[in-house]
Amino acid sequence: MLARLGAARSGGLLALALAVALLPLALGNQYLYDVAILVGLNAIVCVGLNLLIGYAGQISLGHAGFFALGGYGSAILAVRYGWPPLATLPVSVGSVTLLAFLIGRPILRLKGHYLAMATLGLGVIITVVLATADRFTGGPDGMSVPPLALFGRALAGERAWYWLVGALLLACVWLALNLVESPRGRALRALHGSEVAAEMIGIDSARHKLAVFVLSAGLAAAAGGLTAHYSGFITPSQGSFLRSIELVTMVVFGGMASTFGAVVGAAVLTTLPQLLTPLKDYEMVVFGAVMMFTMIFMPRGIVPTLAALFKPRTRG
Amino acid sequence: MNLRSGIAVLGRLVAIGALAFAANAQAQKEPIKIGAFVSATGPAAFLGDPEQKTLALYVEKINAGGGVLGRRLKLISYDSAGDAEKARTFVKRLIEEDKVDAIVGGSTTGETMAVIPLVEQAQIPFISLAGAVVVVEPVKKWVFKTPATDRMACEKIFQDMNARKISKIGLITGSGAFDKSMRAQCMAVAPKYGIDIVGDETYGAQDTDMTAQLTKLRQNAQVRAVLNCGFGAGPAIVTKNFRQIGMTVPLYQSHGVASKEFIKLAGDAANGVRLPAAALLVADTLPFNDPQKHVVLDYQHAYEARYHQDVSTFGGHAYDGLMLIVQAMKNAGTTDDAKVRDALEHIHGFIGIDGEFNFSPTDHMGLSLAAFRMLEIQNGNWTLVK
Amino acid sequence: MSAQLLQVLFAGLTAGAIYALVALGFSIIYNSSQVINFAQGEFVMIGGMATVSFLHLGLPLPLAALAAVAATTLVALALDKLAVERARNASVVTLIIITIGASILLRGLASLVWDKNIHALPAFSGDKPISVGGATLLPQSLWVLGVSLAVLAALWWFFNRTLYGKAMLATSHNRLAAQLAGISVRRVLLVSFGLSGALGALAGILVAPITFTAWDVGVMLGLKGFAAAILGGLGSGPGAVLGGLLLGLAEALAAGYVSSAYKDVIAFVIILAVLVLMPGGLLGRRAAERV
Repeated sequence: MLARLGAARSGGLLALALAVALLPLALGNQYLYDVAILVGLNAIVCVGLNLLIGYAGQISLGHAGFFALGGYGSAILAVRYGWPPLATLPVSVGSVTLLAFLIGRPILRLKGHYLAMATLGLGVIITVVLATADRFTGGPDGMSVPPLALFGRALAGERAWYWLVGALLLACVWLALNLVESPRGRALRALHGSEVAAEMIGIDSARHKLAVFVLSAGLAAAAGGLTAHYSGFITPSQGSFLRSIELVTMVVFGGMASTFGAVVGAAVLTTLPQLLTPLKDYEMVVFGAVMMFTMIFMPRGIVPTLAALFKPRTRG
Repeated sequence: MNLRSGIAVLGRLVAIGALAFAANAQAQKEPIKIGAFVSATGPAAFLGDPEQKTLALYVEKINAGGGVLGRRLKLISYDSAGDAEKARTFVKRLIEEDKVDAIVGGSTTGETMAVIPLVEQAQIPFISLAGAVVVVEPVKKWVFKTPATDRMACEKIFQDMNARKISKIGLITGSGAFDKSMRAQCMAVAPKYGIDIVGDETYGAQDTDMTAQLTKLRQNAQVRAVLNCGFGAGPAIVTKNFRQIGMTVPLYQSHGVASKEFIKLAGDAANGVRLPAAALLVADTLPFNDPQKHVVLDYQHAYEARYHQDVSTFGGHAYDGLMLIVQAMKNAGTTDDAKVRDALEHIHGFIGIDGEFNFSPTDHMGLSLAAFRMLEIQNGNWTLVK
Repeated sequence: MSAQLLQVLFAGLTAGAIYALVALGFSIIYNSSQVINFAQGEFVMIGGMATVSFLHLGLPLPLAALAAVAATTLVALALDKLAVERARNASVVTLIIITIGASILLRGLASLVWDKNIHALPAFSGDKPISVGGATLLPQSLWVLGVSLAVLAALWWFFNRTLYGKAMLATSHNRLAAQLAGISVRRVLLVSFGLSGALGALAGILVAPITFTAWDVGVMLGLKGFAAAILGGLGSGPGAVLGGLLLGLAEALAAGYVSSAYKDVIAFVIILAVLVLMPGGLLGRRAAERV
């Protein structure tokens, strides 16, 4: 069984790599590259968030806050203190990870909707602070962000960014897949099943939950930092409650407890608004309807539902 | 060469000529694409909604009148919902995929600032509908804007305060981008007009009760007038609270509430409030020799007839943006980006809804203080302050 | 007591009463289904906006309000029947996403049916402020507080003194046992939604004369209502009320005495602190966890 799982894992990763490599054939202009890059960046956040929601069974309604902090951290260090971008990104991501560690310890003791509220509150606090501390952050209008520079040359142009984000996404997916199959990953899934039972067999649930929370926060911050340098601009609304909901929706939509599901969810929900633009005033209505429809008829999300259709029948 | 082959050659020449003529005619019939992105939904929807409607209405009217340079206009517009990130993606789409000839849009300053690098790089003329002065200061080659700046609003208000011999005032500001930007501008230009800001309160975006902050201003005996830098529902609540706690000093609002909606929301409390606004709001009562009378009255009738809603000055920004691009194209005789941009920069004496535009290489906003009229609300209606 | 403190307290209690009504809506649905209905804020919005429409059609205010409450209740019932009931076997997170989708759908519909402008409702008994101890109170605030109290009393009577109400409470304690006792859980869920819809609409109508209403007021109110419900302890009616009042007061006090810019931050920090110290909320049930 493990071998089959292994095959599925590497098969899926290979398929994703192929998709990343071949997609440019369909991307005819910079705008399409732009959408692909945004999909990739969202997917990175979702892969991490999926580990938290799908595998560890926790919830976060404030993850966009980490995303925004990652972006602002890098932007502020670069603009207000003149640090080089290669330094600002790691420092920013590191700081957000530390923050997640410090905050995670007390709030991960909460369960279910209480945890949801705590993370939601965290997200709101972050967004309000970002919008109000205008001397550092430029206030509600946001601030410009210089481009990422590698060895003196600015990383500009959609093509270069596409390959960077594609590579990073593959790395994250590989990391997530390995984590899930590792002993730590199995411990996580045991946690999801029942925390009490898991503790009885010696799994330190608090430590594991915290580890996943911190990891997913770090991934979100990294994606946020990259997005800030890519767009050249960042505003506090990147950390808003609505944005956090969007991220959770991508994860659930694509399929919880499925890393590829997270990628698919990010892809669908990032491109859908672009496809719905001809609907103009009706866009919100259709978007909401699509969300509801899909979750009612595919409650486990797209990828697990489709996978179940193709699963070979078990014997006996 | 004998006659037969001569005729054959002539025939081919005619055929080629006809094809070329047809191809040229085909190219001529290709529409001029105007790209737009406004916040039709989201927190800035009551900016973007009238903007969207105005653009749609006037593209239609222009086409009905024969188009521009013999070509139809085609409006391609997207809803950026007040989000700078969405704005950026949509502008990229307008430039790369839709290949528009010019862009009008950016209801909020954040959205505008986010797309400026894109239009500068793509070298395509862009007229912004955002209010903050940073859009055109410093001047960017391809970026213009139509609304009068927040700094000008402050100056107009301070001028009026000087006329009423008021020199010490209290500020009350919301926490939105517009609010904060205007407050910063007011604080910067206050010394120039001898205005001393002795009170400075703030309220949150979704706050529903400002009595606490206003009470602090009332208790400050030095405050001789209150200026509310705000936008949206907040100023209406501030105005109601103002009367509720019995404050009697003059209350000034910003141009952000220049719409009938404000009067409807604030009710009787709005009487006596003064604010700077475009002439559009008093179109009916403007004197006949006012240069803007014709333009604003036409716009008001056309908009209200089509949409059965009151006009707002925000829609007027979009009108000006579209008409300026059209004028520039006509002046340049082409839709070539660089030539249209140059033509824009040389527009003088263009009477729009926002005022009279006089662009120059150092002024991409084009309006003077005269574009703002000082209005006072009396009996639930706008009146011009002489 | 200083006039300023009184003013702040009035503001806080008024806002708190609204949060309490919205929080009750969350609690009632949660109790019968473990679902958090993120479209609750939209019920508040529909209540206010529908009243505006009915007023325009010429109905007098009381009738317009009644019609609006009825309309919202219908919307809530539809949401349950068409969406939540069909997905009743899905995981909690999936149900949350469904209600979020519903809130987006309802907001989109609102912007089409109505418009994107801000609307006011006339105050029930006029605008003349009442002076109390140096502070001023709007008559509408008294309506908000008074009607909320009346509604609370009615709900208490319903849940504790009527058979149906007790059946609903029973379902929230133990669904299986309630089913075994012959209570139709589906019917209970339907009634919960209807009740929450009505409560939300009422809150929207009460507060619109003070805070105005628009197609998107539901987002913030829903968020605050949810926060209040959690603060007080999810599933507890008195908890929802307590949470709502405390949240309203905390916000007003922070705005009046500390910093109005950071008011939301202070309120949420307080909520986080309470949750960390009391993980089930102030009056929350300590649910036994199944292994």
